[in-house]
Amino acid sequence: MTPTRKKRLILVMMVAVGVAVATAIFLTAVRENINYFKTPTEVATGQFNANSTIRLGGMVKNGSVKRAKDSLKVRFVVTDFKKDVTVEYQGILPDLFREGQGVVTIGKMGKEDIFVAEEVLAKHDENYMPPEAADALHQARSNGESE
Amino acid sequence: MLASIGQFLLILSLVTAAVLTVLPITGYFKNHKGLMRTGRPLSYLLFVLTLATFLILVFLFVIQDFSVTYVWQHSSLTLPLRYRITATWGAHEGSVLMWVTIQALWIAAVARYSRSLSLSQISRVLSVLGIVATGFLAFVLFASNPFEITNPAPLDGRDLNPLLQDFGMIIHPPLLYFGYVGLSVAFALSVAALIGGQIDEKWIRWSRRWTNLAWAFLTIGIILGSWWAYYELGWGGWWFWDPVENASFLPWLAGTALIHVQAVSERKNAFRGWTVLLAIIAFSLCVLGTFLVRSGSITSVHSFAADPFRGIFILVLLALYAGGALTLYALRVNQLKSTDTINLNSKETLLLANSLIFITATFTILLGTLFPMIFEAVGKKISVGAPYFGLMFFLIMTPMAVLLPLGVQLKWHKDAMTPAIKTLLPHLLIAALLTIASYYLFDGLNLRATAGVFGGFWIASTALAQWILYKGKTNASFIGMSVAHLGVAVFLFSMSMTEHKDVEKDILMKPGQTSEVAGFNFTFNGVTAVQIENYKAQQGSILVSKAGEPIVELHPQKRFYPKQQQPMTEADIYPGLTKDIYVSLGEEINKQGDWAVRIYIKPFIRWMWFGGLMMLAGALIALFNLRSKRLEQQQINTVMKDQLELS
Amino acid sequence: MKKILIATIPLSIFLGLIVLLYVNLSTHSEELPSPLIGKPVPAFQHPTLYSNKTLTHNDFKGQPWLLNVFGSWCPSCQVEHPVVTQLAKTTDIKVVGLNWKDEPADANRWLQRWGNPYDEILVDFKGDTAINLGVYGAPETFLIDAKGTIVYKITGVLTTEIIQKELLPMIEKISP
Repeated sequence: MTPTRKKRLILVMMVAVGVAVATAIFLTAVRENINYFKTPTEVATGQFNANSTIRLGGMVKNGSVKRAKDSLKVRFVVTDFKKDVTVEYQGILPDLFREGQGVVTIGKMGKEDIFVAEEVLAKHDENYMPPEAADALHQARSNGESE
Repeated sequence: MLASIGQFLLILSLVTAAVLTVLPITGYFKNHKGLMRTGRPLSYLLFVLTLATFLILVFLFVIQDFSVTYVWQHSSLTLPLRYRITATWGAHEGSVLMWVTIQALWIAAVARYSRSLSLSQISRVLSVLGIVATGFLAFVLFASNPFEITNPAPLDGRDLNPLLQDFGMIIHPPLLYFGYVGLSVAFALSVAALIGGQIDEKWIRWSRRWTNLAWAFLTIGIILGSWWAYYELGWGGWWFWDPVENASFLPWLAGTALIHVQAVSERKNAFRGWTVLLAIIAFSLCVLGTFLVRSGSITSVHSFAADPFRGIFILVLLALYAGGALTLYALRVNQLKSTDTINLNSKETLLLANSLIFITATFTILLGTLFPMIFEAVGKKISVGAPYFGLMFFLIMTPMAVLLPLGVQLKWHKDAMTPAIKTLLPHLLIAALLTIASYYLFDGLNLRATAGVFGGFWIASTALAQWILYKGKTNASFIGMSVAHLGVAVFLFSMSMTEHKDVEKDILMKPGQTSEVAGFNFTFNGVTAVQIENYKAQQGSILVSKAGEPIVELHPQKRFYPKQQQPMTEADIYPGLTKDIYVSLGEEINKQGDWAVRIYIKPFIRWMWFGGLMMLAGALIALFNLRSKRLEQQQINTVMKDQLELS
Repeated sequence: MKKILIATIPLSIFLGLIVLLYVNLSTHSEELPSPLIGKPVPAFQHPTLYSNKTLTHNDFKGQPWLLNVFGSWCPSCQVEHPVVTQLAKTTDIKVVGLNWKDEPADANRWLQRWGNPYDEILVDFKGDTAINLGVYGAPETFLIDAKGTIVYKITGVLTTEIIQKELLPMIEKISP
């Protein structure tokens, strides 16, 4: 083997090893950080992985927002008009969070069937709801009629 | 009336760009000097036409001509003049027009400052830039025309999105566009080189300065975007790995790889194909980013309204530009032979490693951004969480931080590894000591923060020593590089601090209540209603004090813009050298005037942007490189001599 | 040969990317067939804007009618408005407006300015009926037959072309 060829071989091998390691790390990191989007119906009927973070989207049910007296703890119901899920959140809600409006909450299912949200996202415009929330409602409606 | 003139000028610009695409390159293929010479005047004409078009749109905003749909949708009688002007590029149509205008400015600049290129080279470069301009002008005219008329004209407009009524947002997009468009020069050079089947050092040296400048604009654009998100979005974050942020970050990463590889290929006949490919990738990522932001494919806080037709249009442009360039690359790259051999123990190897690291980072972030789309194709809705990006970026950039000082230390061409490492060893010790000191000073750091702080000290210590010891201290290229690398060090340190040592508290506060956060006392003195220009606001008053000594009174606002029916959170920040105190209002919890208040302590956050500014300064300093100036002058003289002999 | 293959790697990756982006774009822009077509109009009860009544879904039974979702805040509705006006003038069909999430005062000003082509205007201030109708964004138009079944839906701006080619034949079909 000539020195140039040897050098080239080493280089190619280094790149190959690098790519392999990177792919392995990539797949692990992705698997741990993928958040599935779920509708209230899917969550209420248990179609989710209890240990992983999920995104729950739907409509904030009218009259369901309840605040704690002395803290920023708040509970509200997310619905797709078929099933309801109670969500608990501690902190400041986004500016456009309203009853009767679309919302996406990110968190995990906690005890007593209460979804504990770490993050609450409302739509970012007065006229459009988050596409995920809109899809959840659409899905619920079409399922509802086919049953 | 005026809008019709704007429309007409827009059509003229498109025609001019189309002519620019065709004539010079035809001249090149037919070896017709006269046709090749049309490139420069056509470029100037294109710039004049697009600038006039853009100014007409600005003027329509100034005079509040609501018969123009775009003006009506994004302005109003109560909007202050400064925001009326900036509203011109506040939404999709105007911002694409601005993009094209900046593109034309760069083309004109290339035409003007390219005397070191031969006529056959510049004619190809200008024609390729002409295609890029033609595509985007067609996009403006057919898919995002800002001059469309509403009849009859409404009496008042719908007002500008409140988030865009802000200084940072006014200059952030133009700077980013300058960066994106600037990368089109390196792209055009690559394509022109592939068309001709040859490339030389002079040509790369010429393009390197344009790439540097484009990279500098991208850097400042991204810094400003991050700064804007920090103070304007009201949740105190500075980077969210949001798809739209990634869209601007990807070209920056590829551009970083490109400027480092160009440093090699402008000196030696090596890495030619790789340089050409990186330039194509960098610009293609700009177009891809535009697609992601404007097609509605990806949902994000910053994205423009969804429009499938626009999406298809940009996708076609992307397929045309990147697809065309990569096809040319596949056919022709083997003609761009790299004849110089590269020694493994040399600066060249390390610079190659640098570009591989940055390209890996580019693809990892691209994959994370596109992953939701891949899943959607099989009917599953997912999102990739920010921790993915944070972790991957940390892992990929670790070898970069470790190897950076070695790359600077090693000599060009051939060097010995052992002495170089020995020179650097003392700095390893210095960095370790400083990291331990920081660890105790800031009450402990977690693993990633420790690594980041260590990396910062390691790069800073070596960069300073290399700068002081380096023989040719007057070389702008070396000074620029050192400043940029020090910027990397400052950024690493402050980013680690901000990310891992910040304190974030959301508190329910009653009027008169005092709460303690990180050693500071925050006294909430209630909220009063105020009315300013085009919005109403609830303004809180919060006194910050430490050990009984008042420091500052902060006035965060909860604004309401009646025309847009939009509330907005305006934080108030007490900036400091070692920490920012950041306060914003949540919502009124009850009738007794209790409010949800968000209090953040952000250590060293300012230094992060300062580090970015140093990278920017480094890139700008490197433009004054005397060596390449001298070489360029020689080149200009040869070109002039050739021309004289020919005539 | 090997070199040429290596040189085509970037192009192949890129082509994959383009296919992905295209597929994604076409799933996004795909007209979602409204699951409501063939279903009865969701129950509603709304005050009207001018006639000072409260109307429900039952009040419209007995003849085909067109429900046009609009708001004074919606720029496209204004673009659509002359077409709706023309349609109301030239055909016998009852055209009902659903004023979506709008201040009545704003709606009134808007209609004063652009004209009122509607036989009735339902005020959906909270947007409940719009949600039940699966409205993505204004404007949207629903064609409902005499029995109260939704037979057709147009998302986005109505054009004379859509009216000529699709809406009128459909109205023809369901008219007695």
